[in-house]
Amino acid sequence: MKAGIVVFPGSNCDRDVHHILNNVIGISAQYIWHTDKTIDDYDALILPGGFSYGDRLRAGVIAAKSPIVDAIMKKADEGLPILGICNGFQILVEAGLLPGALVKNDKLKFSCKWLEMEVLNVNTPFTNLFRLNDEIKIPIAHGEGRYVIDDEKINELHQNNQIVFKYKDQNPNGSTEMIAAVCNKRGNVMGLMPHPERASESILSPNKTNSNAGLIFLSLKNFLTQYIKN
Amino acid sequence: MLTKKEEIHLLKKLGRKPNLLEIDMIDAEWSEHCSYKSSKKFVRSLPSRGKRVIVGPGYDAGVLDIGDEDVITVHIESHNHPSAVEPYGGAATGVGGVIRDIISMGTRPIALLDALRFSSLIEESNASKSKWLFKNVVNGIADYGNCIGIPTVGGDIEFDNSFRNYCLVDVAAIGLGKKNQVISHHAQDDDLVILAGNPTGKDGIRGASFASKLLDDEEDRSAVQIPDPFLEKLLIEATIEASDSKCINAMKDLGGGGLSCCLSELSDLVEKGIEVELSAVHTKIPDLSPNEIMISESQERMVYIISKEKLSKFEDIFNKYGITYSIIGKVNGNDNLRILYREKPIANISCNLMVNAPPANRNSKKPKYLKSPNKKSRHHKVDDYNGTLLRLLSNLTVGNKDWIFQQYDHEVGLRTVIKPGANGSVIRVNDNKFVSIKLDGNSKHCYLDPYQGTLGCLSEGCRNVISTGAEPIGIIDHLQFGSPENPQIYWTFMKSIEAIIDFCKFMRIPVVGGKVSFYNETMNSPIKPSPVIGTIGLIRDRRHITSNVANLGDTLFIIGQTKDELGGSEYFHATSRPEYGKVPMVDLEIDKKNGLAVLALIHKGLINFVHDCSKGGIGIALAELAISSNLGIDIDLERIPNNCKRHDHLLFSESHSRFIIGTNQADKVKRILKTRKCVFSEIGKVDGTRTLNLRDSGDQIIELTVSDLEKAYNTMSKIMDGS
Repeated sequence: MKAGIVVFPGSNCDRDVHHILNNVIGISAQYIWHTDKTIDDYDALILPGGFSYGDRLRAGVIAAKSPIVDAIMKKADEGLPILGICNGFQILVEAGLLPGALVKNDKLKFSCKWLEMEVLNVNTPFTNLFRLNDEIKIPIAHGEGRYVIDDEKINELHQNNQIVFKYKDQNPNGSTEMIAAVCNKRGNVMGLMPHPERASESILSPNKTNSNAGLIFLSLKNFLTQYIKN
Repeated sequence: MLTKKEEIHLLKKLGRKPNLLEIDMIDAEWSEHCSYKSSKKFVRSLPSRGKRVIVGPGYDAGVLDIGDEDVITVHIESHNHPSAVEPYGGAATGVGGVIRDIISMGTRPIALLDALRFSSLIEESNASKSKWLFKNVVNGIADYGNCIGIPTVGGDIEFDNSFRNYCLVDVAAIGLGKKNQVISHHAQDDDLVILAGNPTGKDGIRGASFASKLLDDEEDRSAVQIPDPFLEKLLIEATIEASDSKCINAMKDLGGGGLSCCLSELSDLVEKGIEVELSAVHTKIPDLSPNEIMISESQERMVYIISKEKLSKFEDIFNKYGITYSIIGKVNGNDNLRILYREKPIANISCNLMVNAPPANRNSKKPKYLKSPNKKSRHHKVDDYNGTLLRLLSNLTVGNKDWIFQQYDHEVGLRTVIKPGANGSVIRVNDNKFVSIKLDGNSKHCYLDPYQGTLGCLSEGCRNVISTGAEPIGIIDHLQFGSPENPQIYWTFMKSIEAIIDFCKFMRIPVVGGKVSFYNETMNSPIKPSPVIGTIGLIRDRRHITSNVANLGDTLFIIGQTKDELGGSEYFHATSRPEYGKVPMVDLEIDKKNGLAVLALIHKGLINFVHDCSKGGIGIALAELAISSNLGIDIDLERIPNNCKRHDHLLFSESHSRFIIGTNQADKVKRILKTRKCVFSEIGKVDGTRTLNLRDSGDQIIELTVSDLEKAYNTMSKIMDGS
């Protein structure tokens, strides 16, 4: 079981995800530099957070045009689990792998804080260990995390069960319907704004208790274990 | 501009007339900003040795041994002048500069902190300018720190009208590495000198000289540099990769004074001469003059000295990250910095001469305002203690700073165990080793008594890291004053240095890094003396990490005596009392005793939380405790050891060496504090009422609900966002 962490110039949560997967969750993870020739050796891909290309023009837009994204799109078609976190989500949206768009927070400020989100879809490789409506304590850290989508497409999201997580109680950035994470129709590609890697060790949570955010990665491990067995 | 005396010194040492380029180079290097000519002899007397100190204060970061081959590097810098005219770019480039000092040691930056000072955001006459400065400084730090992926984990903020039309922006950074990875900064003849990063442009020309004079009304934005955090991030990664691959013999970042200061200081560091060809430097625009290339302060640039054999590896790494670099020269045997332009020698100066500016002997004289005896004031009796406490809570210096900290990514890196806004911040090194750090300053105390005020900052810093369960292991200092040419200001600087020497010698805590920044003045007036102290602590057992949040049922104790010391207090400030009075005095013996007692209680696992008492006194500390715990606090004020004649003085005195602790093992705590001969008392309980209840015998002095307290406490976001 091997996961690849796709690193662009300016990615900055790559090392964090690497640590969590290898040392906490137990998925062997390696870095993939954006110019690497092949991404065939991996059972899952993660696009970590950060500021790829300094978020110039628009968050994620330059990375979305890089050659490795063509290879990632092919893998998405093949059904490989692909997770985009924060800037990774922005890249997946810009690449057209996920619907909607991520724009500046409604208060026009970067916002880093812990909040709660709720699980709406437990049938993805990243949520299979949750129960529906589980609540998760998790931090956000973004300036362009307001998820927007037009009315027609939001109905599609509902119909296809593509809204995976929603913020609870407070909308931190003005997202449509408080959406925190969406997946593609097939469910193998997911993007989320909050940072599960920052909530996967109890010592890092504000009250030092275990957050269940780590279940996102454990779900992936669970999925890959089943998949490899079959 | 060189002084007459400096010109004569230069002429004599050089043995000839310097040319214009050489004068520009010397002017930058001998500026107060680069040369420390007014402060060097005092700064050198700071106690900087200790068993953990690997590299003490010097050009870049200090290095501390934290055991098991791990080292941390620490450094602090300010960007006051640039931030006062262009707050966004000034603050952002301040972050960039200090980060490059950390990578220059071969260590990875893991945390940032900043100490900010502005004038009031509320008082009519100046509020809009002050808000503009504040908003953009925070935004500049946020955009830069967030983009490079280094968490801003804490800081310090103070509002005072001596910062009118001005601001202080201090940035501290911590790096982490292995002992054997620390760059030793050596060089051999014929080693290559490589300049990498941003192309050199016309931005920030004469920035060092700009920062070494008073800020006049004519705002000089062209002297402010332009930030590019994305390039900085690439430079961090490339430098660490090259350093880990043993490609780098020596390196230095380009800051104040640009290439000129960087090369002369690097040459001094490796004790070799350097020869460079300026036409090889990659530039933003064609036809930059050699003078401009030498003193431009374009950001995100580093100079590396590497062996020839390592060139291809070095090139691989820098090409991978897409960083432009130029091989601009080589190391040679003599001591000189030799500059060529299109093969023609255009400057040739001994580095020793450049980095050793003739010391400026300054006169000092006790300020006039301190000579008049402390006037006695008769202030009115307080009838409404609830209102007074709320008023003080809404004071931005003591209130909630989430508006700032939420704009910083303080979580990236997976190290931030205790988040900003508490006592000190705690950063994970590994699962059994943690570093605690805090920045502290108090201009109001330092104005009325620079010696006791500075001692107070040091004491507060130690209390803050001790409160998290850490043993203080090092200090960094940033001494910010007005013009050293004014004897009265210079006197306050000397008192401040004296305090650091006395404190650090007594506590046996080394000073591992620091900076001096003079000329913090506008046309109106100088700033109040504003030393900022960074205290670094070490936690060697994860069970020792202590929060500042109380548990239901905790018994509360106070350690330390509350004295009638209201001079320079936030209480006097908030109630518009004139600036005089006795500031809190630090008794070093007691300070040490109380700190060690709290550490002993933590190490024995006897206490649930510690809250340090400082700005705003016991009243604010208890209110914060109620808010952060979302619980009720019930206190009998009569039990607090004190010599105050009035309730308001008891509540808001800022006496040092005090801690509020909570425990469910009261008897054991009492026994230990008694054995250690600490002044202490059991003062109350934590209950479920969600009300702050302060009583004196039967009389109710304060009764406020947590939500009342919170409303006042969150004033900053109300003022800045209107919500």
